[in-house]
Parts: sequence; C-alpha cells; structure tokens
Amino acid sequence: MVIDKIKKVNKQEKIVKNEKASDRMIGKWVKCDNCKEILYKEEVHNNLSVCPICGKHFRLSARRRIKQIADEGTFQEIGSEILTKDPLHFEGYLKKVEALKEKTKIEEAVKCGICKINGEDAILAVMDGNFMMGSMGSAVGERITLAIETSIEKRLPLIIFCVSGGARMQEGIVSLMQMAKTSAALAKHNEAGLLYISVLTDPTTGGVTASFASLGDIILAEPDSLIGFAGPRVIEQTIRQQLPEGFEKSEFLLEHGFIDKIVERKDMKNVLYQLIKLHKN
Amino acid sequence: MITAWDRVTLAREIERPKALDYIENIFDDFMELHGDRNFGDDKSIIGGIAYLDAMPVTIIGEQKGKNARENIERNFGMPNPEGYRKALRLMKQAEKFGRPIITFIDTPGAYPGIGAEERGQGEAIARNMLEMSQLKVPIICIVIGEGSSGGALAIAVGDRIIMLENAVYSILSPEGFASILYKDASKAKEAAENMKITAKDLKNLNIIDKIIKEPESGAQNDFSAVIAELKQYIITSINDLEKLSKEELIENRYQKFRMMGK
Repeated sequence: MVIDKIKKVNKQEKIVKNEKASDRMIGKWVKCDNCKEILYKEEVHNNLSVCPICGKHFRLSARRRIKQIADEGTFQEIGSEILTKDPLHFEGYLKKVEALKEKTKIEEAVKCGICKINGEDAILAVMDGNFMMGSMGSAVGERITLAIETSIEKRLPLIIFCVSGGARMQEGIVSLMQMAKTSAALAKHNEAGLLYISVLTDPTTGGVTASFASLGDIILAEPDSLIGFAGPRVIEQTIRQQLPEGFEKSEFLLEHGFIDKIVERKDMKNVLYQLIKLHKN
Repeated sequence: MITAWDRVTLAREIERPKALDYIENIFDDFMELHGDRNFGDDKSIIGGIAYLDAMPVTIIGEQKGKNARENIERNFGMPNPEGYRKALRLMKQAEKFGRPIITFIDTPGAYPGIGAEERGQGEAIARNMLEMSQLKVPIICIVIGEGSSGGALAIAVGDRIIMLENAVYSILSPEGFASILYKDASKAKEAAENMKITAKDLKNLNIIDKIIKEPESGAQNDFSAVIAELKQYIITSINDLEKLSKEELIENRYQKFRMMGK
C-alpha cells in the first residue's frame, strides 16, 4: 500500500513527529480524511489547511487562525494573564493541564486580542481545539467575557471563532455558569448597539453552541463543520435511530435557518472585512 | 451520612414533589398559558400567571411526571426548543406587565433529539440566558429536583438562586460525566461525589444563595414545612429586589454571574 510505503520512508528519515496522528499526518505527508488522497503537507499548509483536492477544511490552531485573519503584526493579546483554575479541586486536572501546556505550548482553549482586519480595528477571540477539545472552563469564560467587555469599552466590532467540545467537565458547575456569564456580557454588547460576528468551525458543540456561538448578529460557518447542542452519538443513543446524512453539518444548519452564511476559509478575512465596513458609522 | 449519590437518587424519586405541586401550594389561582407562538406547546415546561398572596407573578417550571404515563406526556422533563421559547415569551410578558418571575428547575437536561437540533436547541438556550440577564423584573430561580446542564440553566439566570437540600445542580448527569471522563457510565456514583453537585457544595462555590431544608427522606415527607420556608424566602427576596432601581437590579444580576469563575 502507498501509505505503508510512505510510513516506512518517513520512519527511516525519522520525521514522524506525532505518532498519535500517524494515520493522517505522516511526516511530510497528510492523508485527507474526506477524499483519502495523500497530500504533500506543505501544499496543504500553504492552502490555508484546506485539502486542495476536495476542499475539506482541516482544523486550525488559534495561532494559525489569527495569522490568517489579522493583518500582520497587529494582533495584541488581551487576557493572557487569565489561566486555568481548579474550582472543584478535581483530581489530576491541573497536572493534565500542565502536561498539555508543555506539549502544545498553548496556555488555554481561547486566545483573544485586538487587531486590524484589512486596516479595520476589531476584537478577535479564537478558540483552540488542540487544548482540551476547546472546552469552556472558567479561564475560557473569563477571557471571552473580557474580550466582550473590551469590545464594549472601545466600541469595536467583536468576532469570535468557535471550536469546542462543550463545557470543561473538570470544572463542573463553574464551567456551566460560563454560559450564563458570556451570554449576559453579549446582552450588554447588544444593548450597546455593537456588531458581533460569530464564526462556527468544526466542531462547535455543547455549552458553546448553547451560549455565545449562537448569539451573533451574524453567524458564519466554515463548510462541512459539525455544529450542534447534543452531539450525534448522544442523540443516536437516546433515540436509537440512525441519523440522516449530513445531520448537524453547516449545510444542515443553513437549511434550518440557524446560520447566515457558509464561508470558505480563503474568503473568510474578506467577508469579515466587508461586514465590519458595512456596519461602520 | 447522605452521600451525593443518595441526593441524586432522592432528587429523581418519582414521589418527589414536582413543579406543579409547588405552584399549587405556594400560589393562588394559577392560570396556565400555552405555546411559543411559533411551533408548538412543549408540555415539559409549564408557564402561567398566579397570585403570590396579593401580588401577580409569572411562573415557569420544568415539569416531570409522577407516573409512567405522565412522564411520557412530559417527555421526562426534557424540554425541546419550543419549551424554552414559550418560557421566554412568558418572561417577556411578565416584564411588560411588571410581574416578578419565579422559575422551578427540574430536568435531566434539554432533550437530545433530531427535531430539537433542527429547531435550534442551542440557540434557544443561549437566547434565554441572554434575555434573562436583562429583564427588568425580579427573577427567583429554584432548583427543586434535578438541575442538569444547559437545559436547567436556560431558565435559571436570576437574582436569587435557591436549591432544595436534596436537589442537585450539575454540568450534566453523573452518568454522562462518568462516560465522558471515566469512559464508564457505571462509575456514576464515584462521579457524583467528585462533581460537587449538592446544595451545600454549590453554596460553598457561591453559585447559589439559599438552601431550603427538607427531611432526609425527601421533601414529600414534610412538604408543608418545605413550602412554608420556601414561600417566605421568595416573598422576602422579591420585596428586597423591588427596592432596587431597574438599572441596579440588572447590574447586580450581571455582577452575580460575572463573579462566577473569576
């Protein structure tokens, strides 16, 4: 098989960095999990991490997403001093977080800041699925709330890129309350007459879907992203029926009236810019 | 000693008083109002107007059944989006007419179904929290049984959050938690102990304001005492909250949730 051959070659060259992802990311090569094509990693990277063959949008780190959206050198982080808390004193939690921080060099599941988008000022919050599935604990809730409050204070448009498995289990009820906190902050933002654009990316589920992700004045989504409150597995187990094709994908949400527009990654920055410009007084 | 898991069991007992029992015993002349004006009438959430002594109030409650037939009719207290939207419609109506709002929380969670997703379960929950945070009337929220996940929080953004002593309030069910974190739903008992879900835990975490005492064997075994304490606390709270200006009321509510996890 081609893939085995690649694996072998890569192994010899000792460039397999991430063994866990070895089925998809093999050294210099990537296998698209949608069209199954073997792709040259650099080519995918240069294509905004979109499969050049089938258009599948691969998941992005917050760092790379910010690079794609913010004008070069304009992103100034806010709230980076807000770090993971352990309100329940949950066994093993902080240890796990420390190990993850060490491994990923990511501090928490969202990065917020002020930046320019084609010259227009905006507050940008970008979640990161590489950090505990982008789950929302108190640090994520605090950072997002601070971003919303900064947006109100500076009277700037707010953009949040969502990717999340939902609430942070290890923070229990405190995690749940972040849904109320962020939604209440958005209510103030709304009262202030400011623009909030929510961008849903693969996957956006659970408590994030049931709070700030669904509250945008304008809600955009990347193609073929999983978006829902309860995930497909939970629903399947509850109703004991097979789910329809394309259930909880961006296109499904568009059809049911819950998002405004599906935007490909290559067009995202420009669409955001156009929307900011349209709302400028 | 009563363990967290014991409380989960008590909170779920079929004999435990449900929202309608509280409504009938605390208020007078409850008139139920129906429908979300959009899709349907969700029987897992009830709502309407009643008198609290002489004061008209709006009441919202997640309603479980007290037997199998009722539970099927009530979808085991698991609301669909139209349930949350009915609740929101009635709460906005309360605001228009200056009525305080009292909500009763008792749900295993928002219903995870195909129709629920098609009709925007996530949006419905999110919208309720956003709107509740800005309502210009006092809101008192009482967790009477199971308060599970966003399905509970969707009617629990208020000025006073109360829990019955044997009620539980959590991010999701201990079974769900165990299956996610321990990859084993049968470890629910262990999960319940670690999740901090009892009224005492939540009081210590500053999530709730008040615990209403109940007998160790459950509220049904001395319901009149439970009702008396709860009614008194509701009245005192509303009187206190009505002294505030609308701006103060909303800002205090904002700060209450703002402090959680800070």
